[in-house]
Amino acid sequence: MGWVGRSIRRVEDPTLLCGAGMFVGDIGGAAAVRFVRSPVASGRIRAVRGPAYTIADLDADGVGNIEAVLHRPDYVRLAQPLLARERVRYVGEPVAVVVGATAAEAEDLAEQVELDIESLPAAVGLEAALDPDAPLVHPDEAESNVMVAGEMATPELAGALERAHVIVELEILSGRQAALPLEARGSHAVTERFGGRTTLHASIQAPHMIRTVICDLLGMPEADLRVVAPDVGGAFGQKLPLAREDAVVVWLSRRLGRPVAWIEDRSENLMASWHSREQRYRLRAGFNAAAHLEALEADVVANVGAWPCYPITWGVEPLMALAELPGPYTLEHYGVRSRGVASHTCPMSPYRGVSRPVITLALERLMDIAAARLGVDPVEIRRRNLQSDFPHISPTGLRHDEGTYREAMELAVSHVDMGAFRARQDAARAAGGPQPGIGICTFSERTGYGTPAFAARAMGVTPGFENVELSMDPSGYVTLRIGASPHGQGLETALSQIVADEVGTDPGRVRVVASDTDRTPYGWGSFASRAMVLAGGATYLAAQKLATQLGSLAAEVLEAAADDIVLADGRATVAGTSVGVDIAELARIAHHHTQRLPTGTMPGLSEQAGYDPAGTFSNACHVAEVDVDPDTGGVSMRRFVVVEDAGRLINPMIADGQIRGGVAQGIANALLEEVVYDEDGNILTTSLMDYLPPTIAEIPNIEILHLETASDATITGAKGLGEGGTIGAPAAVLNAVNDALAHLGVELNEMPATPERVRAAVRAAACGDSPGDTDRSTQEAAVR
Amino acid sequence: MTEISAADAAVPVVLRVNGDEYRIAAEPRRTLADALREDCGLTGTHLGCEHGVCGACTVLVDGEPVRSCLMFAVQSQDVEIRTVEGLAAADGTLHPLQEAFWRHHGLQCGFCTPGFLMLSAGILETSPDIGDEELREALSSNLCRCTGYQTIVDSVRSVLDAGEA
Repeated sequence: MGWVGRSIRRVEDPTLLCGAGMFVGDIGGAAAVRFVRSPVASGRIRAVRGPAYTIADLDADGVGNIEAVLHRPDYVRLAQPLLARERVRYVGEPVAVVVGATAAEAEDLAEQVELDIESLPAAVGLEAALDPDAPLVHPDEAESNVMVAGEMATPELAGALERAHVIVELEILSGRQAALPLEARGSHAVTERFGGRTTLHASIQAPHMIRTVICDLLGMPEADLRVVAPDVGGAFGQKLPLAREDAVVVWLSRRLGRPVAWIEDRSENLMASWHSREQRYRLRAGFNAAAHLEALEADVVANVGAWPCYPITWGVEPLMALAELPGPYTLEHYGVRSRGVASHTCPMSPYRGVSRPVITLALERLMDIAAARLGVDPVEIRRRNLQSDFPHISPTGLRHDEGTYREAMELAVSHVDMGAFRARQDAARAAGGPQPGIGICTFSERTGYGTPAFAARAMGVTPGFENVELSMDPSGYVTLRIGASPHGQGLETALSQIVADEVGTDPGRVRVVASDTDRTPYGWGSFASRAMVLAGGATYLAAQKLATQLGSLAAEVLEAAADDIVLADGRATVAGTSVGVDIAELARIAHHHTQRLPTGTMPGLSEQAGYDPAGTFSNACHVAEVDVDPDTGGVSMRRFVVVEDAGRLINPMIADGQIRGGVAQGIANALLEEVVYDEDGNILTTSLMDYLPPTIAEIPNIEILHLETASDATITGAKGLGEGGTIGAPAAVLNAVNDALAHLGVELNEMPATPERVRAAVRAAACGDSPGDTDRSTQEAAVR
Repeated sequence: MTEISAADAAVPVVLRVNGDEYRIAAEPRRTLADALREDCGLTGTHLGCEHGVCGACTVLVDGEPVRSCLMFAVQSQDVEIRTVEGLAAADGTLHPLQEAFWRHHGLQCGFCTPGFLMLSAGILETSPDIGDEELREALSSNLCRCTGYQTIVDSVRSVLDAGEA
């Protein structure tokens, strides 16, 4: 039996369990850096007084500006300074920086810095920023706050909508969220006194990319900057883009010639790191009489904050919505306009799932509402619309490889026992009190995409490939060096399982080196559910090459044909015989007795490989059961079921861990977490007393079932699944909340569904003021 | 403001942590968490919020789970403090809770783990007969962003059931 497919314990864990992990804040030995941040959302800087460095110091040193670029027509290109120059654009924007011997002293120094800022009108919320008279966030560069826009329509869209049997219109709102890694951001830089080489340790997801951009900004060769992501305490996308602060820390260490460290506190993290997902979707969908979704027209707006993020840009949310909104359905006619609107708020970065949780919420609410209009069961309407012929090409040209959209839903529905649930629901409706509801969500998750997919985005830099280097040392142990940068996902363990199978060794004899630009090949890090597919694929290829090398060596030593050599359990044996040699002995020969090798054989045992696929779609069905108290608006989770198809599972335990954690974040998005600003742009949620991540009290046990589709889109058969939990859960939960209150005529299409919003929806329904949509059809479908 | 007032001057403090004695000088405003991390070099105790909400900094003080970010170093004398570094045996044998978190995948990034381990150690020692609902309630005092919590409950439950304390 091979190692792949087994839930072996993680190699990462013992260190972390003993408190011996090395996070950025644990390094020590450095002066403390503290940023002085804008207290106002919009203003003109008159003066900065006190013991601080400002943009003038960076300019004097010739430090450059960040340029996050998309090569497309409707994109406003900006040069972003590392500290605010002339204007401030959000509460929390870094204006100045101080250095103290200790964190406490740095805080004292920061309090002595006086920011003289003339306050200006601010555009804060989505609607306010869209207003034609809105204060402009970048008045010198743009005539409106629309910073990026995309539009497309298939040729027959208008006709298809015209012909539709039923038109459903729907508005979906998503509150602003924070990724909230439990370790906030941070960086620590040391510059060698002689030679001038700098080492940056930072809590980040993509060390090679961060090395490139910081070197570009500071005008230094990449060979002179080593970037290390030590243990990283969660990231979820928030640690993918360049943090301005990290670049300033490198600059300070070089300027001051002393080690410096910036350890972000929780308030800074909530106020000024990155936010996500403040979006509005307006859908107009046409269904035929058989409840098939024929045509979909969408208007999407994303509040993208005050600045783009490098290198993904502030196109990431709106343009993903444009490209991926058709989802798992066989929709043919599609049109969309999607805009990213700047505001005087914290900038946005990708957060686990990026736009997909909102895309999925929009589509899955649409399906449930259409089902009710057409008198069709929510399961049946999905059955009629889900993709089942593969590959399926979406209206935006995305290729969906083999998946199990329908099968996953059927399995989920039979697992939860809908009949029993409806009986319980009927009883509760008769009895009053908290009402049970059930919600289904089917979705696809685009994962493991390489350069071909990123090239379509036309970014200033194009991420994508992953490379690995694999070598066996004379003791027979294997070292794998990867460009991906795991931070809690268990990638080291999973990759060691792949290596072990291919070279016939034990995962305990595999060491994985990652997250250090001095010791790993250039790569793009860990994000976008990519590492298992890409680094895993490259590892598989390199391990096959190493196995071939070992096979040839064994053939030489055993005087057999290379094709007959089998590598397993630490031995190379001639197939069908007991003749063999230890792999460790082969490793010794390859390094220490190369005279035994045929002339021309390369000494040593090392290989490298790269992998750069177009991408693959995972799929899943989530089912949520909730209890909703119509009197208090309180929602509690009763049950959550996931049927996931992420292809071949390398380590099922790790896969389930990713799903559970993602679902917990998705439930939080659906019910709890929201970053709130007042209308002047003051942020009101800067502690964990105000921003509400879930505790165990809010998260039910999550039941997980798997399907494993063999897809040819990925060389190991593994698809990505890091974001799926977060993508599907909000829609499942919102559908369940709506189902629970359907008998009251409630329709709630905004997340998070806080008690306040649930109560408002109940009150609106009681007044006959349902936010439900106009229905211009003449058919007599049952309306709730 | 640049002058150090008497109130800010460091005072000698003796901390007893994991059976070892640390003689440090701490400003009155220095938290126990910072003293453990910066003065004792025990960086296994992590800081996730410094507001007393997330529980990553949980240590045991005289056997009770305590948020070390909400306690000052000068308040922490004459007590026995235990941190994650003291859980495993001197020969490296993992504590049953550490073994259980490993076996049940009770951690991912590992940042909240020391706090959960110390919280669980406190539960294990003071309430070995705790019921399932009470256990979930007790564990709800700490935050984890990676696991979705169930595997943490499974980890602690397995040790309680085995009576390995």
